Amino acid sequence: MFEYAPAPESREIVDIKPSYGLFIDGEFVDADRSFKTVDPASEEVLAEIAEADAADVDRAVTAARKAYDGVWSQMPGSERAKYIFRIARIIQERSRELAVLESIDNGKPIRESRDVDIPLVAAHFFYYAGWADKLEYAVRDPRPLGVAGQVIPWNFPLLMLAWKIAPALACGNTVVLKPAETTPLTALAFAEICRQADLPPGVVNIVTGAGETGRALVEHEGIDKVAFTGSTDVGRQIARAVAGTDKRLTLELGGKAANVIFDDAPLDQAVEGIVNGIFFNQGHVCCAGSRLLVQESIAEELLDRLKTRMATLRVGDPLDKNTDVGAINSAEQLEKIRMLSEVGEEEGATRWSPPCELPDRGFWFVPTIFTDVAQSHRIAREEIFGPVLSVLTFRTPQEAVEKANNTPYGLSAGVWTEKGSRILWMAQRLRAGVVWANTFNKFDPASPFGGYKESGFGREGGRHGLEAYLR
Amino acid sequence: MSDRLSVRKTYKLYVGGAFPRSESGRSYTVNDAKGGFLANASRASRKDVRDAVVAARKAQSGWAARTPYNRGQILYRVAEMLEGRREQFTEELRSTGLSKTAARAEVDAAVDRWVWYAGWADKIAQVTGTANPVSGPFFNFSTPEPSGVIGIVAPDGPLLGLVSVLAPVIAVGNTAVLVAAEPSPLPAITLGEVLATSDLPGGVVNILTGHRAELAPWLASHMDVNGLDLTGVSGDLATECERAAAENLKRVLRPAQYAWTDDPGTIRMTTFLETKTVWHPVGV
Repeated sequence: MFEYAPAPESREIVDIKPSYGLFIDGEFVDADRSFKTVDPASEEVLAEIAEADAADVDRAVTAARKAYDGVWSQMPGSERAKYIFRIARIIQERSRELAVLESIDNGKPIRESRDVDIPLVAAHFFYYAGWADKLEYAVRDPRPLGVAGQVIPWNFPLLMLAWKIAPALACGNTVVLKPAETTPLTALAFAEICRQADLPPGVVNIVTGAGETGRALVEHEGIDKVAFTGSTDVGRQIARAVAGTDKRLTLELGGKAANVIFDDAPLDQAVEGIVNGIFFNQGHVCCAGSRLLVQESIAEELLDRLKTRMATLRVGDPLDKNTDVGAINSAEQLEKIRMLSEVGEEEGATRWSPPCELPDRGFWFVPTIFTDVAQSHRIAREEIFGPVLSVLTFRTPQEAVEKANNTPYGLSAGVWTEKGSRILWMAQRLRAGVVWANTFNKFDPASPFGGYKESGFGREGGRHGLEAYLR
Repeated sequence: MSDRLSVRKTYKLYVGGAFPRSESGRSYTVNDAKGGFLANASRASRKDVRDAVVAARKAQSGWAARTPYNRGQILYRVAEMLEGRREQFTEELRSTGLSKTAARAEVDAAVDRWVWYAGWADKIAQVTGTANPVSGPFFNFSTPEPSGVIGIVAPDGPLLGLVSVLAPVIAVGNTAVLVAAEPSPLPAITLGEVLATSDLPGGVVNILTGHRAELAPWLASHMDVNGLDLTGVSGDLATECERAAAENLKRVLRPAQYAWTDDPGTIRMTTFLETKTVWHPVGV
C-alpha cells in the first residue's frame, strides 16, 4: 500500500502567549497561582494558566451579577441577539486559528476540530442568537435565571463552551465559565472574541483552574444556576452540593452507549458508524458507542470487516490533516484507559489492535477492540473514555434491547438495520436520550441532546435547551 | 336517632393493586380537627416502601406502553369514580376541619383537576415534542418519554394537593409510590379505593401512610426510583432527601409554596419526562 506523505497544518496562525490571566469583568486579571497546559501530542508546555481561587471566583460572580442587573437582563432581546450573532461571525472569521489551537491543546485531529468542532461552535451561536428575541414563542412568560455557573470538560473544549454560553446569553443570563484544566486555551481565545464583539464587561467571565475552582464556583451563593458536563461521579457531588438551595441544575454526564447491529444492516456503512462511534475524538466522547452489540449470525463477518477498517486508521500527529486518531488528552486519562484495558484482559476478554507505530513522546493509545466480552465485565459496564470497544452479541431484538439497556447510563444508542419498523421499535425501547439510527455521533444546535438515568438531566440544543436557562 | 352501631372503615395501604396492612404491623392514630379519634392508619415501614417500589417498577413498562388515548380514558374513568364519591370525600375533608362549603369546593376542584390531567395524556407529546431542522440530510425528532418510577411525598391537607401531585405523574406514563399527608391520610386511602375500581392497572399508583420523616429518605435513596417529588417535605428533611436522590441522579421537584387553585402549568409533567431524540438519514 502507498504511504501518505506528512500533511501538517501550520501552527503559524496561532499565537500562544507564555501566560494567561483570568477573564473577569471584561479584563484579563492575574491570579496568585498558576498551572501549565501541555500539548498532549508532544508533552510540550504551551502556557502558564492562572488558577482561580475562591476570591477570584467571587470577583467573577460579582462582575456577572453587576452585568446581569445593570446591562444584560435590561437589554431588549433583539440587541442581545446582535451581540451573539457578532460572536458567531468572529468565530467563523477565526475558525482556522481556533481549530489549530484546539488540536494543539486537546490532541484531537485537525480534521475533526476543523470540520466538526469549530463549525458546530459557530452554528450554536448562530442558532441561539436567533432565539434571543423570540423566547416567548418557546416558553410562556420567559424570564432569565440570573448568573449561571458553568463547568465544562476537556473532550470538546470550545464546543462545550458554546453549548453552555450561547443559550445562557440568549435567554438573558450572564455567565461564569470554568474550562477544564488541561484545555483552557480556546476558552481564553473566546474571551478575546467577546472583547472583539464589544460584549458588555461581565456578561461572560472565564475562570481557569481545576476541581477546586469548579467547586468554588458551584458552591458560590451568588449563582442561580449550575450547568455541568463531565463525569457521573462529579455530577453526583454537584447534585448533592446544590441540594436545599434554589440553584437550578442541569447535568450532562457519562455514558456507555450500545451500538446495535442487526443482520440486515448495510455492513460497510455500519463499520464506518462503529469506527466513528468509538474512535472519533480518541473515544473521548460521553455518547461514544463503546458497547457494540452484533447479531450473532453476522458477528464474524462484521468483525473481519471492522478489523480490516481499523488497520487503515492513522494514529499520530493531531495537526496532520491525514490523522484519524490523535493523542490521549492527558497522562492521567491514558493511565485510566490502560488500567481498564488490562482489567478487560484479566477478566477474560480477548484484546485486539491493529499493528500501529506510535510517536515516542506524548500520550497515545492504539484503537482497541475486545471480543468475548460478558455483560458483567468492567469494560462493558464502566465508561473508559478512550478508543476501546467492547463487543457483545445477541440473537433476538428483545435480547438486544435488554442488553443495551443493562447499564445505569442512558445517554445515547445506535441502531443499524434496513427495516424501518424495527428502527422505530428499537428507538421506542432504548432508554437513551439520543438514538442514532443508521448513523452515529451526529450533532446539531437544533437537536436536543442529553441523558436518561445516570447520564444526567436537562437537554442542551434545540428549543429544549432554552428551558435550562429560563424560569 | 337510630341506635344502629356504624360499621367503621379500616384504612390500609394501597400497594400493587391490593390493600395490605403494613408488614411492620404498626399503625398510628389519626384525629379529627378537634382532636377526636378518627381511625388507626397503617404506619408503613421501609419494607413497605421497597415493596411499593417493586410493584411500581413491575407496572411501569406496561403503563408506559399503553396508548396515550387509553391512559387518558383510564384517568377520565378515575374522575368519573371520584365524582361518584363526592359525598364521601366531602365528609372526610370536613373531619380535617373544613366547612361543608369549603370541603365541597375542594372536592369539586380535585375532580376537575383530575379531568384536566386526563386530557393531557395524549397532548403532552405534541406540546413538548419537536421536529428539529438539522443541517444535513437527516430526519430528526424529539419525543417525551416517562422517567419511570416516581416517589411522591404528598403535601399536607386536603384532596386537591394530593390529586395535583399524583395525576400529572401518571398521566404521562410514570408509575408512582406516594407517601400520603401525615396528619390527614384518609382521603389518600379512599382515593386508592377509587383507583382500584377504575381500570387503572395495579401498581401504577401505590399509596403509603405513615411518618414522612421515616419513609421519605428511603424513597429518596432507593436506586430503582427515577424521580422524586418533595412537595410535602420541608426544611432539613427536604435537603437530606435531595442529597440522597443525587446518588442515582433522580429528577427532583423541590418543595415550594404552591397555590393549588392556580393554573398548574406543565412543570409537574415535564419534570418527570425525558426527551428522546432520534436521528435517521434521509436518502433513496
